[in-house]
Amino acid sequence: MWKRKEDEYGTSVEPSTSGSPSAAVPTAPQRPAETPRNEPMRSAEVATIGKSVVVKGELSGSEDLMVDGEVEGSITMRGQTLTVGPNGRVRANVEARNVVLYGRLDGDIHASDRVDLRKSASLAGNISTARISIEDGAFFKGGIDIQKAEPGSKSEARAPVAASAHVPAAMSAEGALLEPKKV
Amino acid sequence: MAPGIFHKLFGGSSRQGADDDVVSGQKVIRRSTGFNEFIKAISREHGLKILDLGSTSAANITFMTGLGHGFHQGDLLRQASDKSLMVPNGDGIPTLDIERFLRESTNFAREDFDAVMFWDVADFLPDCLVAPVIERIHYAMKPGGIMLAFFHTKDDGPNAPFYRYNIVAKDTLELQPVRGVRLQRVYQNRQVENLFRDYASIKFFLGRDNIREMLVLR
Repeated sequence: MWKRKEDEYGTSVEPSTSGSPSAAVPTAPQRPAETPRNEPMRSAEVATIGKSVVVKGELSGSEDLMVDGEVEGSITMRGQTLTVGPNGRVRANVEARNVVLYGRLDGDIHASDRVDLRKSASLAGNISTARISIEDGAFFKGGIDIQKAEPGSKSEARAPVAASAHVPAAMSAEGALLEPKKV
Repeated sequence: MAPGIFHKLFGGSSRQGADDDVVSGQKVIRRSTGFNEFIKAISREHGLKILDLGSTSAANITFMTGLGHGFHQGDLLRQASDKSLMVPNGDGIPTLDIERFLRESTNFAREDFDAVMFWDVADFLPDCLVAPVIERIHYAMKPGGIMLAFFHTKDDGPNAPFYRYNIVAKDTLELQPVRGVRLQRVYQNRQVENLFRDYASIKFFLGRDNIREMLVLR
């Protein structure tokens, strides 16, 4: 139920020892085997902001970012994945390719590909994205703007993913994962 | 994966209880005349702005965006249950901070929404919030806008479950029980009419399951 194919969801979270966003981000303690939902590890670099770390300012970078601490300001990770862990507290507008939310985010999300709100997620802000999945139990307050995926983008080529473990039987996989209406 | 394992791994989530809110395995499929009429009303145009004040539902977002409408989520009950809203009054008794709730949870723009799905939220809101919330919805709806609301006709007390309403089809809803929310009261017809006295019209549909469905025109 929790397993995913590695290449259908390129947003796995892997605490990393290398790399960090362009802002000065203290290195967080390593937490091996703390990958949410047993998602498969990926070789891509992932910077981590640990749960005891507080960052105020602009975060930008060209690698995936895991925030399990507090961030206030703005986060721009174009083409990358931002994951807000269950301890994460983000008060920022976010721009990324994928956003996976387990914790709390107050701010708008612009994701070029996909937004995942897990059941522990709390989001107060507007979402603009090509695809979104919301697990039962997630809190969301704000508007949703489903954008058309860019032609030839990976998201168009991939099959929809059944995201929610609690998706009612009457809902199809597409019901849990929103995509732009095909016209 | 057991929910507890996840919390252990990460040292515990800051927003506990999400896992426990949903009672699984007791979902009910319900045909709804009121909802069917609501959908007919909003299907005449594209690009309407829809406000859902019930529990967050991926199915509802799918359905409404599939109709070509914009979608805005509220989840008033979750916000009303925020413990930080309880502040001591002059006598030191914890009291819900109504002003703050309205400021933070119903900060909608004037005449912004074409349609509102209020579901049966009013029956589960604290007394002090019901009238102000309905007033705020009136402020937020466009003239001629339509609202769908449900009211219980029988007081089942703690046995009356609060549901997440998932849209299945234009006349069918899936009711998914959510734990920890209790029916506050049962309104009589006259009381309901008073609550919506500022609105243009009300149309009732009486269901077989002690639910009074309503379409309210702004």
